[in-house]
Amino acid sequence: MPLLELDNIVVEFPTRRGPLEAVKGLSLDLDEGEILGLVGESGAGKSITGAAITGLIEPPGLIRSGEVRLRGARVDNLPADKMRRIRGKEIGAIFQDPLTSLNPVYTVGEQLIDTMRVHLDLDQKTARQRAIDWLAEVGIPAPEARLDQYPHQFSGGMRQRVVIALALCAEPKLIIADEPTTALDVSVQAQILALLKRLCRENGTAVVLVTHDMGVIAETADRVAVMYAGRLVEIGDVKQVIEEPLHPYTRGLMASIPQIGIRDRRLTQIEGAMPGLRNAAPGCAFAPRCPRAMEHCHSIRPAPQDAGTGQVACHFYGETS
Amino acid sequence: MFAFLIRRIIQAALVMLVVASIAFLMFRFLGDPISNLLPEDATVQDRAEMREKLGLNDPVLVQYGRFIADAAQGDFGQSYRNNRPVSDLLAERFPATAELVLVAAGLALALGVPLGIYTALNPRGWLSQGLQVISLLGISVPTFVTGILLILVFSVTLGLLPSFGRGTVVDLGWWTTGFLTPSGLKALILPAIMLALFQMTLIMRLVRAEMLEVLRADYIKFAKARGIPNRMLHFKYALKNTLIPVMTIFGLQLGGLIAFAIITETVFQWPGMGFLFIQAVNFTDVPVMAAYLVLVSFIFVVINTLVDLLYNVADPRLRAERTPAHGV
Repeated sequence: MPLLELDNIVVEFPTRRGPLEAVKGLSLDLDEGEILGLVGESGAGKSITGAAITGLIEPPGLIRSGEVRLRGARVDNLPADKMRRIRGKEIGAIFQDPLTSLNPVYTVGEQLIDTMRVHLDLDQKTARQRAIDWLAEVGIPAPEARLDQYPHQFSGGMRQRVVIALALCAEPKLIIADEPTTALDVSVQAQILALLKRLCRENGTAVVLVTHDMGVIAETADRVAVMYAGRLVEIGDVKQVIEEPLHPYTRGLMASIPQIGIRDRRLTQIEGAMPGLRNAAPGCAFAPRCPRAMEHCHSIRPAPQDAGTGQVACHFYGETS
Repeated sequence: MFAFLIRRIIQAALVMLVVASIAFLMFRFLGDPISNLLPEDATVQDRAEMREKLGLNDPVLVQYGRFIADAAQGDFGQSYRNNRPVSDLLAERFPATAELVLVAAGLALALGVPLGIYTALNPRGWLSQGLQVISLLGISVPTFVTGILLILVFSVTLGLLPSFGRGTVVDLGWWTTGFLTPSGLKALILPAIMLALFQMTLIMRLVRAEMLEVLRADYIKFAKARGIPNRMLHFKYALKNTLIPVMTIFGLQLGGLIAFAIITETVFQWPGMGFLFIQAVNFTDVPVMAAYLVLVSFIFVVINTLVDLLYNVADPRLRAERTPAHGV
């Protein structure tokens, strides 16, 4: 049984002009210990998908239909208090900005100890020792002294390490990491990713890594899911998606990444912009920007079909191969 | 921390010097005190003697220096009206004002903070919406109107509480208190409510706004994502962040309470410093006015300095002994 299953989820935000669907029927599975990259441009619905898994969609947004299952048990319809017990303990989360993710008026030690004692049956002393171990684990020098310091006494990269320790300290089986390195210096990004990857591998923690950075995905993920306008357009092993993308959108994404060593190659961009969420066109959402779009692309929405190591939603798959 | 303290004390001393200068200017511009001090049939000779005795013939700078030096020692001269040392008059009246302000401030905090938290945590509840409307009234209706309404309802119509004075007070030698007798306590209720009402609504609205802001912060979302229970989330993680800015405003408002006490004391004939000040204004009793001005400013400055110190204790980011961020 997969660790996490998303079964045709639809996330909706009611507005004055009618409901807005941010995620329009998304299904995917995640195995224990697997790192899945969730990519797409801004507004594709990747962060909302992450929030749907943790049950932290900002009201009035809601999961209109579909199911989120953790080890086969539904978690999307749990009462608030039951879901709270799952958060942190079963499903952890890491957010984008380490500078604002930590409470400024409590020491990092207090925040770690609180989190562990909420979920694990620990006394103050054991919890404190474990907090020190966690700081050491995420690579903070002099953890014993650092434990009683406040977040403002840490640099950005160090704070993201603390955030990772906080997300992992109650030993969840799944982490939703929403752009965990976007706010950091490039030189620090790689370190943080390597750390996250190592810790998750060691503890057998699965990760949903939400990002728009293909470089991050290539470095970290086992599998990649590409989202476009609230839907999955392609999913597969990282090697396949990066080297032989099947969907024209993924191909466009890959062509827009500069590669060192390859000269005389113009960087390409995907013309146009992603359609708004209100777009109700019946066909493929990418069709207006797709270089290969045909008549039926605009009128019939392609269903996801098995392809290679995963799935792709495109009329041309099968025809071309 | 020590350097910070010294800096604050120097600043406070400068503020006090400016206030004292303004107080001194009152002596120069609020008419000739001699005509108030002497009977109407006083001779020119009497007037000249009085003038000499009060030192009014000295050069302005000498008078100013004397005023500042005396004021620094708590000596504000004689009241023109009742011929007693101003410091004695103020010392007599001070306990009444202090008790009134203390009770009002306590009331404002004890009700304002919990109500603010409640309305922030249940922003859509009918009770919260009701409180918001009522608090708008509390802020916009002038305090003397609420005071008079309170008297009308509780003193005149219901006859439950006294409408003026402090009731029976107990003299402890250095302090007269109304806390120890039933009539003293009863007399305190209405004035304290009147004085507290505006501050309470202000604190409530402030706590509500701050808390709503804090609840949207990333660190609260992250704490939620770690499964921190609501009680801890609201009353530990959010509350401390909420109260830090509220503390500063409340410090400023505490000074405001003393100033507003003038109106309350007038409405309830409360024998405090504010009432003394109003009487002094009617008689152009400049020494009393000057002393009141200096004293109230002094209390203001002391409170603000204390609040700044407290702020340093409460907010780790402001602590003087700063360890620079290091590491990657």
